[in-house]
Amino acid sequence: MALTAIEVYKHLPKSNCGKCGVPTCLAFAMKLVQKQASLDQCPEVTEETKQALEGSAAPPMATVTIGAGDRAVQIGGETVLFRHEETFHHPCALAVRLSSSLPPAQLAAGIERVEGCRYDRVGMLLGVDLLALEDAGDGSLAEAAQMAAERSSLPLVLMSTDPQAMGAALEHCGAGRPLLYGATAANLDAMVALAKQWDCPLALCATDLHELVALSERAGQAGYGKLLLDSGAKSLSQLLNDQTIIRRAALNKKFKPFGFPTVAVCAAEDPAAQMLEAITAVAKYAGVVIVDPLPDEYLLPIVTARLNVYSDPQKPIQVEAGMHEVGEPTPESPVLVTTNFSLTYYLVEGDVMASKVPAHVLAVDTEGTSVLTAWAAGNFSAESIAEAMNKFALAEKVAHRALVLPGGVAVLKGKLEELSGWEVVVGPRESSGIPLFFRQRGWVPR
Amino acid sequence: MELAIPVEQWSGAVGTVTLGATAEQGGTRRRTLTLGGESTLPFLRLEGAIPNPPALAMEVLDASPEKWPEPLRAPFGNVLDDPAAWAVKCVEEFGADAIVLRLVSADPQGQDASPEQCAETVRRVLQAVSVPLIIWGCGDNDKDNLVMPACSQAAAGERCLLGTAVQENYKTITACALADGHLVISEAPLDISIQKQVNILLTEQGLPLDRIVMYQVTGALGYGVEYAYSILERTRLAALTGDKMLSMPMLSVVGSEAWKAKESWLDEPKWGALERRGILWEAATAALFLHAGSHLLVMWHPEALRLVRAMLTALQPA
Ligand code: B12
Ligand code: SF4
Repeated sequence: MALTAIEVYKHLPKSNCGKCGVPTCLAFAMKLVQKQASLDQCPEVTEETKQALEGSAAPPMATVTIGAGDRAVQIGGETVLFRHEETFHHPCALAVRLSSSLPPAQLAAGIERVEGCRYDRVGMLLGVDLLALEDAGDGSLAEAAQMAAERSSLPLVLMSTDPQAMGAALEHCGAGRPLLYGATAANLDAMVALAKQWDCPLALCATDLHELVALSERAGQAGYGKLLLDSGAKSLSQLLNDQTIIRRAALNKKFKPFGFPTVAVCAAEDPAAQMLEAITAVAKYAGVVIVDPLPDEYLLPIVTARLNVYSDPQKPIQVEAGMHEVGEPTPESPVLVTTNFSLTYYLVEGDVMASKVPAHVLAVDTEGTSVLTAWAAGNFSAESIAEAMNKFALAEKVAHRALVLPGGVAVLKGKLEELSGWEVVVGPRESSGIPLFFRQRGWVPR
Repeated sequence: MELAIPVEQWSGAVGTVTLGATAEQGGTRRRTLTLGGESTLPFLRLEGAIPNPPALAMEVLDASPEKWPEPLRAPFGNVLDDPAAWAVKCVEEFGADAIVLRLVSADPQGQDASPEQCAETVRRVLQAVSVPLIIWGCGDNDKDNLVMPACSQAAAGERCLLGTAVQENYKTITACALADGHLVISEAPLDISIQKQVNILLTEQGLPLDRIVMYQVTGALGYGVEYAYSILERTRLAALTGDKMLSMPMLSVVGSEAWKAKESWLDEPKWGALERRGILWEAATAALFLHAGSHLLVMWHPEALRLVRAMLTALQPA
């Protein structure tokens, strides 16, 4: 994908004049590919070379921003087909769509609901990123957009193929840089003009892949590059195949017309089928996934799947190692030990909170691995726990000398008691057992 | 610009494995189940064949699951303490392609059932249903080495899938499979090199590739599924690029993982309707495994199975 130093070198003047600050053009080329220098540091480079190099250094898939301000989302910019090859960079944006023709009270309630679709999970708030308004074709889009702009902080998606309705809606919400969905073969020129006028991302809505190429080229010729792609897949099978073709063509073949993130509109009637459609789109390359206002039990798996698929396979999400306070613990409060893998830590924290018993939680640095993984790998051992107890001065924080160990590593009890001099109490295997465990030990809410 | 469909030229393919033996083949199954055989990525129709769609098995425990939450118990009525009746319901009512009989009763920490008791359960389940059977030990290596030979013999000739062979304990189970005409689940802890190693150990003992199904320990949606997801994808790619020792079909355990997740059972109104949550969590977990390349899913809830079956249909080309 990125050019090698030799390829860059071929484009340079090869005069080794040194004006760029390094002695040779080859050395400069090396700095360029390592992104330690920029091309304008070489005064000798021609305009043509500049274009050639910048063109081929351009990422194979554009990164596109939807919305403005704090809650704007970036999508696209992906560089691989499989997450293990590197990571997926920009989690796809989840949009919930409401019809513009809903009666005002219902629309207001719908907006409020979408706005509130946020789920607390392992220390992160997951939720819906975009509010989509679907034009019912009855002249209601502008008013709906006005209400949405007033009542919601989420970036919008305006779903209409009518440039006039789109233009009217943009008068109310254009400053928020909504996603315009979208341009078809029939309305492309007018839609591109609107997108340019309001500086908004524009989705190209084709009926198949070949038409999508044509639309993308037309938009390109019109000088617009903030694009998203929708191939108009009619079935789940086609969605998966189209998405794969687009991603492969962009990344492996540098096929410019497909160098943009995609949109998948999920429309299965059965809500569970729509959830599985959305999860398919999340796993298989969509940049924006649009769903109906599904109940929470359907949205939660979708946002969790997105979190998982887009997590960095090289480094697990971690919390800071050390002593954490849950509630307002006193020196008499219980002390629990766990790992610094954020999934593990937050499950424990959540269950301690649920018990309403304030407590101290010692997170041992296990390089972000779970209790059993860390135990199997040797970095959640009696030694490492005892060391962390010293390092984070447990003895100074609490008046008692009892430490609660995860049930899964009960085998560490003896050795840890020996090393630390503390009483080690084996807790339940699953942290969900903590509230009951506390009650059984007579540790009660304050 | 013309769009050239970007196809990959794969040099390998996933191997096929057939579970179950009919009367002509020396067993008593009325249906067999063939897994694998793809020469392309999951559900991708650009460059290769997908001769066999992924299959959905249902799991039957040989000890009544006392801790199951109500939404999971409900569809089973009163069969949860009778493995044979439970299996019949899974096949006839819920459409399971195969039954996984999990011998939890053998666990020395629990009921500590004898090998003979387990073998008797195997016989009863085989008699009750006509689909292929997957016999899964209790996970205690020493006990499984006593239980598996008895169960294997009780099912001789049926071409059952026996689980599981792990790096530290594979010899007994492989010997059973060779002696009684069965297949083996080769298990590894989310580690592709260990998986390959276990496969090699099994083949060195004389088990052919078409009698091995791979199983990488799984995690549920939200609880480590991403690790399994990438391991499955990498394994599929290894098969397609010609690595024979990683070319066997893959199995994923879905039900037990998904229902462990808090989202499946915790009374938390912010997460939506509790009666549906576990079902959806299970179906969502299954969907990810399918997209990563799994061939055989072990499910718990019949409604989750139905949803996943519908997704598989939608993934067939029109
Ligand atoms: C994902 C995973 C991995 C990931 C790592 C993920 C990570 N960031 O930790 C990867 C692929 C890297 C991995 C690697 C390995 N893994 Co691993 N892995 C898993 C898996 C599938 C899920 C782990 C997980 O995330 N669990 C979720 C977290 C939240 O669980 P947890 O930390 O245990 O926390 C729970 C409880 O312990 C408890 N709890 C936690 N803290 C506390 C505190 C108190 C006070 C209390 C009361 C309770 C409590 O509550 C939590 C919620 O219930 C499990 C199998 C499984 N399905 O569980 C195997 C598993 C843990 N891995 C295992 C092994 C062997 C390994 C490897 C050694 C394999 C290998 N040779 O490569 C390596 C070691 C890694 C290394 N060298 O660094 C084994 C451990 C076996 C054992 N019991 O000894 C397991 C059990 C799989 C198996 N059955 O073989 N693994
Ligand atoms: S300034 Fe340009 S021409 Fe001179 S050495 Fe550097 S790269 Fe070469």
